[in-house]
Amino acid sequence: MSLEKLAFDFSKPGVLQLKLSGDWQLSVGLPAVDTVLAQLDPHPDITEISFSVSRDFKWDSAFISFLLKLSSIAKQKNIRITMQAFPPQIEKLLKFNPSAQAEKITPRKAGEEPFLDSVGSKVIQAKDAALSVLDFLGDIVSALARLIRGKAFFRKDDFFAIVQRCGADALGLVSLISILVGVILAFIGAIQLKMFGAQIYIADIVGIAMVRVMGAVMTAVLMSGRTGASFAAELGIMQANEEIDALRTLGVSPTEFLVMPRVLALVIMLPLLTLYADLMGIAGGFVISTGILGINPVEYFSHTMSAVKLSNLWIGLIHGFVFGIIIAIAGCYRGMRCERSSAGVGEATTSAVVTAITAIVIATAVITFVCQVIGV
Amino acid sequence: MESVIEVKNLDLAYGDLVVMRGIDFSVKKGEVFIVMGGSGCGKSTLLKAMIGLNPPQKGKVLYDGVSFWDADEQDRQNIMRRFGVLYQGGALWSSLTLNENVALPLQLYSRLSGTQIQDVALLKLGLVGLGGYADFYPVELSGGMRKRAGLARAIALDPDIIFFDEPSAGLDPLSAKMLDDLILELRDNLGATIVVVTHELASIFAVGDNAILLDADTKTVIAQGPPKKLLADSKDPRVIRFLTRGEKQGAGQ
Repeated sequence: MSLEKLAFDFSKPGVLQLKLSGDWQLSVGLPAVDTVLAQLDPHPDITEISFSVSRDFKWDSAFISFLLKLSSIAKQKNIRITMQAFPPQIEKLLKFNPSAQAEKITPRKAGEEPFLDSVGSKVIQAKDAALSVLDFLGDIVSALARLIRGKAFFRKDDFFAIVQRCGADALGLVSLISILVGVILAFIGAIQLKMFGAQIYIADIVGIAMVRVMGAVMTAVLMSGRTGASFAAELGIMQANEEIDALRTLGVSPTEFLVMPRVLALVIMLPLLTLYADLMGIAGGFVISTGILGINPVEYFSHTMSAVKLSNLWIGLIHGFVFGIIIAIAGCYRGMRCERSSAGVGEATTSAVVTAITAIVIATAVITFVCQVIGV
Repeated sequence: MESVIEVKNLDLAYGDLVVMRGIDFSVKKGEVFIVMGGSGCGKSTLLKAMIGLNPPQKGKVLYDGVSFWDADEQDRQNIMRRFGVLYQGGALWSSLTLNENVALPLQLYSRLSGTQIQDVALLKLGLVGLGGYADFYPVELSGGMRKRAGLARAIALDPDIIFFDEPSAGLDPLSAKMLDDLILELRDNLGATIVVVTHELASIFAVGDNAILLDADTKTVIAQGPPKKLLADSKDPRVIRFLTRGEKQGAGQ
């Protein structure tokens, strides 16, 4: 293809004439500059490149970029280029040489960092990140103090809308997941307990597991994906739109106006959702045990009643309370510290969920350990 | 001269809300055509119907005689490949550098090699005066530079028709002038036909060969012709008010 478009003529001494024909447009493709250079190597006597174009020659900006590259290489080799063959438009376009503009701007990025430097800057970044988390927590605590003294400013309507979104609107999803968790616990328990003929203890397993920890953990994981991510995205986009700056210039603290209602709403709603999830999980276990595993419903009910103590319920609710704080703060923190771009919002959302789930698992481990030590 | 774009009896609407009725005009090859009108009169809606984002309620948009909205998917794609569009905010992809932004259409639709694509992308950035910013991300640039970079992407494939949506909105007068000059340069150097949607009078008089004026109240085109001629000859008070920023009230008022 390229051979038909580009022919070489060495008839004049010291001059390479390029004969161009056909379509030199970007939709069709054109020969690489290297094909011309390959012709120059065996002819070191060449001091000039000229062109002739056939009647069917068509060009666009791809050809301009070809010419620019050719002429910059020719310059290095001290070869003159004559362009009389071309229409005046081409010469005009050649003036916009991008590499001439590039020299005016100092390069922005340095080369690769040495290993120790990158370790050092990671440590400094970690320190800054830790300080910024503490700063954010401090803001929340002082906003809370102002709220208790009745001085905090946020709109009650916003608060109730958030309560609705992270409470009532999540009921369907929480029901589905916790019923299924109850069902799974019942099936797994049944396999083991059947060996001892002690199937009735499924009621204990499902009841205690759901109420003490599973209800809270499953709800929290769901809510960090559902609500934590939406907090981060919402605040992140507000950050990108300069809405948060607009609040600051009005003298309104964004922590009070945006973060407080979200944290409060989730801290109130997550224990309630946990309670609901507990009931749903027990119901799921009940249906499977009585319907498929053949346990007497009354017996199942009374077993659950006696096995699940009030202390289990309190521990479950404490889990829910702590998880509520974690999810809300992770979501709001990532949103408020979001970069002002669409990629930044995506990153904030992802890291809100990842941070929340990691912290939930760590918090569960800590609470379980503490309960073990104090013997609850 | 032949007409590249013909808009025939076009009705624009969002659901039941009619925005414009019976729009008729044609754009000749190599001219700068201006769609003007106040805010909210349907300029951008008309643009969307022309570049294939929103179908019109009724009527035709013809490109070299081919009706865009009646064509099948493949023909429509082929017509759309002749367009370059500069969106209001530049609409650069924020996760890509400027060079990658301009290179993406080339990777999709040209037959060039990788290094040739890089060179052509760099040339396009050079054409808008951003040759040195190839490795910058859009967030690192000012609004005017982002618009010029958006223009570099719009002309990546050497389109015959370039659409500009409010090119000078949000720019300082010097940047706006620079963009107007670029529009004329593109027309002269690339031989492109240019459609500009705007309400900036300075741009309208600086670049416009021909124009239509949309009116939100009557939902129709109320004037058509070269902007300077409209200013000199028009008897319609609405046209005169628009073209003089309300400083002259026009005949009969």
